[in-house]
Amino acid sequence: MSFTKAQERETYRRMQSIRQFEENAQRLYLAGKVPGACHCSIGQEAAIVGACMALRDDDYIVGTHRSHGHPIGKGAKLDPLMAELMGRTTGICKGRGGSMHLADGGVGILGESAIVGGGIPLAAGAGLSAQVRGTDQVALSFFGDGASNQGTFHETLNMAAVWKLPVIFFCENNRYAITTSVAKSHAQPDIAKRAAGYAIPGVIVDGQDVVAVYEATRTAVERARRGEGPTLIEAKTYRFDEHQVGLNIIGEPYRPDAEVQHYIKNQDPLEIFKKVLQKNGWSEADISAVEKEVTAAVAHSIEFAEASPLPDISEVYEHMYSNPINYPAAAVGARS
Amino acid sequence: MNTALQTQPAARQRMSYLDAIVQAQIEEMERDERVILMGEDLAIYGDGKVLSTFGAKRVWSTPISENSFCGLAVGAAMTGLRPIVALNIASFMYLASDQIINQASKLRYMTGGQMKVPAVFRCSMYYNSSIAAQHSDRPYPMFMNTPGLKVIAPTTPADMKGMLKAAVRDDDPVVVFEDSTLWTVKEEVPTDPDSLVPLGKADVKVKGTDVTVVAIAGCQKPALAAAQALKGEGISVEVVDPRTLVPLDKETIVKSVAKTGRLVLVDNAHRTCNAAAEIGAMVAEEGFGSLKKPIKRVSTPDVHIPFSPSLEKPLFATKESIIAAVKSLL
Repeated sequence: MSFTKAQERETYRRMQSIRQFEENAQRLYLAGKVPGACHCSIGQEAAIVGACMALRDDDYIVGTHRSHGHPIGKGAKLDPLMAELMGRTTGICKGRGGSMHLADGGVGILGESAIVGGGIPLAAGAGLSAQVRGTDQVALSFFGDGASNQGTFHETLNMAAVWKLPVIFFCENNRYAITTSVAKSHAQPDIAKRAAGYAIPGVIVDGQDVVAVYEATRTAVERARRGEGPTLIEAKTYRFDEHQVGLNIIGEPYRPDAEVQHYIKNQDPLEIFKKVLQKNGWSEADISAVEKEVTAAVAHSIEFAEASPLPDISEVYEHMYSNPINYPAAAVGARS
Repeated sequence: MNTALQTQPAARQRMSYLDAIVQAQIEEMERDERVILMGEDLAIYGDGKVLSTFGAKRVWSTPISENSFCGLAVGAAMTGLRPIVALNIASFMYLASDQIINQASKLRYMTGGQMKVPAVFRCSMYYNSSIAAQHSDRPYPMFMNTPGLKVIAPTTPADMKGMLKAAVRDDDPVVVFEDSTLWTVKEEVPTDPDSLVPLGKADVKVKGTDVTVVAIAGCQKPALAAAQALKGEGISVEVVDPRTLVPLDKETIVKSVAKTGRLVLVDNAHRTCNAAAEIGAMVAEEGFGSLKKPIKRVSTPDVHIPFSPSLEKPLFATKESIIAAVKSLL
């Protein structure tokens, strides 16, 4: 079940895209060009891309406030994502969502929920919908270790298990919910073991190893498509950066610097996958070609975003309702 | 869509408000296979008939997980279904409110219009029946304060059937506040399955010239009784039923007040920031010039609903309290 040559290239391209997109997002945030908050997935690329590579284009995903990686991992174009970070009209959410909500419906993303655990039921609802409509689509919910302590996690796993919904519950366990460690907040630190309480498979996978994540997710996806129900996957991973760019943590550090440095040095998912590529016969030139392609795409997305206009206040009511009734005059026709 | 008012006199059938809720759902589920029903203990009261009419993939009897099954409905609505969620008792809306407010109401906007959430969240307001504070709330004001939702509170069997059907066919999330004090009210209801009552349109239930009474949900019943009694005393009351609380039909209300110059608002929700407060503020802004007297509210005070009937009954609007309010403006 390992990657074909073409999948290897696409996997590395998507992982590089998340890395370079976010390195630039951080830079632009610090330069004041990206308003709001900026939560990056650097260090977690293998978990995201490995999971997404196991899905079809018409499968659904639901993500989190750490939202840049999910659309890129599912194959979204970068231009509308970067424009959204800058709040432009050409943004994927027309400037209504921003960094925490890069939901690209074109690649099957139903939402990126900044309410922790809020997206988990949505994915199960998409699975229920596929079951009712009689398609073999599956839905994958990304969530973090923190979300596994929300009621929605437990309620939804139970319902998905009872009804054998085609859902993959995919926990990106990066060990810290902002400053709260799994050790201090989870009575059972292996989140996958909670699957036993709902009589579904619970799988722990090395979240820095994209091939392992892909294989584990593929198994869960096949099970879901066969109508056998959901799987809980826990990818043990690590975020290399602070919870969000520029976050000021007061007092004792919640994670030791030596731990952070260890992961950056020894557990970089891109470096790990690069070694796999080399072993599989990829030349430095081939690898570098992918990296350069991504660099150009990210640069293009920044140019695109900066050249795009900011939305005008007269458009603020747009997209509230599919079927507006008795809507304020300012909302309809104010643009003309 | 959902704006086609029944214009031809069509076949009618006498049914109760509760029957209308059941009939609307059955007709919509027969019409459109994307419509599903979800909820707890559906066999109880009206929905039992829906349960026995449709198979397992159309009716989902859920565990007691209000927040998450509402979330499932949102996810299903975004991917091609049109779920109706039955939340039974209105106080359960608080448990479900995270998914209804943070997801259902916001996802269309937050995705720049990429998504739509055609889901209906139904709940029934039980009160004045000694079931105490945790089962007796009328929480529509909280949902009126959430942009992105449509909030309806129909009060007659015909309105209930026509508006619930319109809600199912609407592409936006609609929250339906049913009033159990109206369950047994009966009237002739159109049988045409495509007869809809549009959302966002108030109805003048009784025409009058002296005082406008705008009554919300179950308050319609005592308001109509009060209007009838006052007629005998030569006082002409116009009774307006907003029917839809969001989006409010301001025009009909402002027009009525322009005619009468006096406004009584009757609302069994707690007084602070209730629907009456919003309508009162709206009239103060948009119809102040036609007011001959200050706006008067008959509302439930800001106290929890007690168990004992002797404590509970005086908290809700009655024919007498509405008559007194009307007379205070004359």
